[in-house]
Amino acid sequence: MKIYTSIYPKQLHLVILLFLTVITLSAQETDPVVRRVQTDTSETVLNMDATYNRPFLAFKKTTVALGGYLEVNSIYSGEDGVSEGLSFQARRLTIFMSASITKRIKFLSEIEFEDGAKEIAIEFAALDVALHPALNFRGGIILNPIGAFNQNHDGPKWEFVERPDVAVNLLPATWSNVGFGLYGRSFKENWIFGYEVYLTNGFDNSIIDNEENKTFLPAAKENEERFEESNSGKALLTGKIAIKYSKIGEIGFSYMGGVYNKFEEDGLTLDEKRRVDVFAIDINTTIKKTRTNIVGEVAFINVDVPDTFTQQYGSKQWGVFVDVVQPILTRKILNWENATLNVAARFDYVDWNVGTFNETNTEIGEQLVAITPAISFRPSPQTVFRLNYRYQWQKDILNNPAAKTASWLFGISTYF
Amino acid sequence: MYKPIKMKNSIHLIGAFIVLALTVACERTLPYAPAENELLDGPIDGLTTEEQAMFLRGDEAFSDVFTIAKGLGPIFVANQCSSCHPGDGKGSPFVRFTRFGQPDTLGNQYLDFGAPQLQHKAIPGFLPERLPLGATFTDLIAPAVTGLGFLDAVSDADLIALSDPNDLDGDGISGRPHWNTIPEYAVLRPNSISNNGRYISRFGKKGNAYDLLHQTSGAYNQDIGITSLFEPFDPLTGLEEDPEVSTQTVNDVVFYLKTLKAPIQRNENDPEVIAGKLVFAQIQCASCHRPTLQTGFSPIDVLSNKEFHPYTDLLLHDMGPGLDDDYTEGFALTSEWRTPPLWGLGLSKDAQGGDYFLMHDGRALSIEEAIILHGGEAGEAKNRYTLLPEIERQQLIKFLESL
Ligand code: HEC
Ligand code: HEC
Repeated sequence: MKIYTSIYPKQLHLVILLFLTVITLSAQETDPVVRRVQTDTSETVLNMDATYNRPFLAFKKTTVALGGYLEVNSIYSGEDGVSEGLSFQARRLTIFMSASITKRIKFLSEIEFEDGAKEIAIEFAALDVALHPALNFRGGIILNPIGAFNQNHDGPKWEFVERPDVAVNLLPATWSNVGFGLYGRSFKENWIFGYEVYLTNGFDNSIIDNEENKTFLPAAKENEERFEESNSGKALLTGKIAIKYSKIGEIGFSYMGGVYNKFEEDGLTLDEKRRVDVFAIDINTTIKKTRTNIVGEVAFINVDVPDTFTQQYGSKQWGVFVDVVQPILTRKILNWENATLNVAARFDYVDWNVGTFNETNTEIGEQLVAITPAISFRPSPQTVFRLNYRYQWQKDILNNPAAKTASWLFGISTYF
Repeated sequence: MYKPIKMKNSIHLIGAFIVLALTVACERTLPYAPAENELLDGPIDGLTTEEQAMFLRGDEAFSDVFTIAKGLGPIFVANQCSSCHPGDGKGSPFVRFTRFGQPDTLGNQYLDFGAPQLQHKAIPGFLPERLPLGATFTDLIAPAVTGLGFLDAVSDADLIALSDPNDLDGDGISGRPHWNTIPEYAVLRPNSISNNGRYISRFGKKGNAYDLLHQTSGAYNQDIGITSLFEPFDPLTGLEEDPEVSTQTVNDVVFYLKTLKAPIQRNENDPEVIAGKLVFAQIQCASCHRPTLQTGFSPIDVLSNKEFHPYTDLLLHDMGPGLDDDYTEGFALTSEWRTPPLWGLGLSKDAQGGDYFLMHDGRALSIEEAIILHGGEAGEAKNRYTLLPEIERQQLIKFLESL
């Protein structure tokens, strides 16, 4: 949900106050009132646990915990010889707060300020009721579990300043909606099995009618009404299963789909019911011997676009990203006990319009390829300094010569 | 077992990191700009800062995407100028459109059926137009929009001087200006000449648009379904609507079109290209595709009294039965087409997805095919081309690719 600061200055003050509280509290780490809760790095967590598995500051005698992270960076980029110059970006400040209401009822919320305070969004605000480890109820504003990035998107967890293209420019990232659902896990020796299934509000016509001029699921994030009513009058179903074998890694299969368009209003038919269906697979594995971490996600999208609308908006899309992160040094550096230096690389590919033109039977373009070598330095697991060089080739719909963009990004991301 | 590297001093590490961060902020790691003559877009050199600002506004509007909320449709062909004129170049058959309903110079007989232009796309929930049974039609592919300010600023007198409607010189090539009725909102160019209340219109494949304002407001309306002060009628309902694009924006786009640079020739000193240029003149191509024209006065300083090289005469020519689609506009005959400028020809592929789609409907898939399709007044030039020795044909093509 986007709240514009100019219209809601009060809320803004409130959140800033909250933020300042967090800062002051975190500054007094020795104070016994506050305790730092580190993330669970054990092998018993799944990507889907990411919303809870974060460093928090817990307060003594209360069940309230606070946390958050900040991402800032500088960027120097140019496209086809035209330099965009050097900019500094305050990408996001996110604050989370959790509370255990009773032993089995928890509440967690996450509020994000993007690009300064241009956009403020409640990304997550849900109540979890544990009935059994294999059966929990969740209701509120939830992150739809499509792929893994959407739920596991905290900046400090990644070695790259930019988010993966498949996650932000194909799938919507930090795609949250109001709804209800169930989730659970079960453990057996080295195996963990997890599932989630939710019914929420969902997409709207903007996915095939937007300024990007291509089928673009993230366009639906602009629609603030989705926190009030479902645009199509139908629910969006999102479901995921994840399996983890502690010695190898995790694989997740997720699906999200439903009717996206407003096909009737006041009982009058406006259009046929049109569906959007998304299928994603995510993996996360660490090669024990070399400590090489590999994370990736692939997503396929099918959208029912009317035949009589323009082919500018494709009905099939897919994309993939793979990150390889190699720690090359883990030791005491300066005064940091457990510092790590990593080299990493990312590969991004997105095809927004799979298919051929009706008129010419030739391939439709609208693809992006990018590679991003990176170096990152983590004085502690919670904080990362990262230097990325990203080179991108992007083709227009007609497959004309690709526009080439290169960027240098230097950034800091840290939990607090 | 994996062994971490040991470094003597962590300071080195941090230092290396910072030095790397600083040194990399270096232009050399960014992609090179393609050479200026490899691109069609960009402004004419020498615009004032004020003019450049207007150019930039027009540039933005030219690639503005029309969504339904911004007025797209309900029926339309494409949703932005730059879908059809990508990078200011020629369009692809993907966004080719159809005009129908006028088989002679007596006007369009299908105005009640959505003529002249077929909007074959519709926003969800609406039905697009269908071609009425029995209507004659032509398909049109978008031309490049570069250097149009120069073409716009050629005086009427110059065009009349180039024409030879009765072929008095007996070279088989006549060529006449399109004396046409003009829209009420058109502002006459300086020293314009009238002929029985009609004026010379020069843009579009049939030369049916008087000036760039006429062409632009028509494009908003007929191609995108956008109403303006100038063309206020919705193409679906025929009803007058509030403007969906501001007059300021239309003016900015017109200014942008006027100040897009003329395409720059490449390899002009290559001996093959020089030889090809000679062949071009010898076999009469240059009688229609005039290498050099001259602008008259223009309120935009850089356009005033300039010589330029568009390879067109902006006149209508009878191109023979092969290119006659039984459809026309204004007072042109169905077999008549306005000579298209050949500047930028070699760069067309970069806008058309890597292949050539030439002639009014893109039916020619190579330059050679385009030449072979010439007939009528250009039949003799075509014949001469086919009789050329292979080597000269290649030189000619090389020359055309250099444009
Ligand atoms: C659907 C595709 C399409 C769209 C969208 C489109 N054009 Fe065109 N354009 C064409 C075609 C086809 C022609 C040739 C039309 C003719 O002969 O009248 C053309 C011709 C032109 C010309 C005349 C060029 C010449 O050499 O005579 C100009 C100028 C122009 N368009 C500008 C625009 C502007 C400005 C827009 C956006 C407001 C636009 N076009 C949108 C397809 C398009
Ligand atoms: C009588 C006038 C005339 C002569 C002579 C002539 N052309 Fe053309 N040319 C035209 C016209 C008119 C068109 C556009 C026809 C159409 O769109 O269907 C054209 C189109 C072309 C095109 C395609 C341009 C495009 O943008 O699609 C090329 C290339 C071309 N001519 C080259 C030549 C060459 C080479 C010669 C000499 C062999 C020549 N022309 C002689 C009038 C002429």
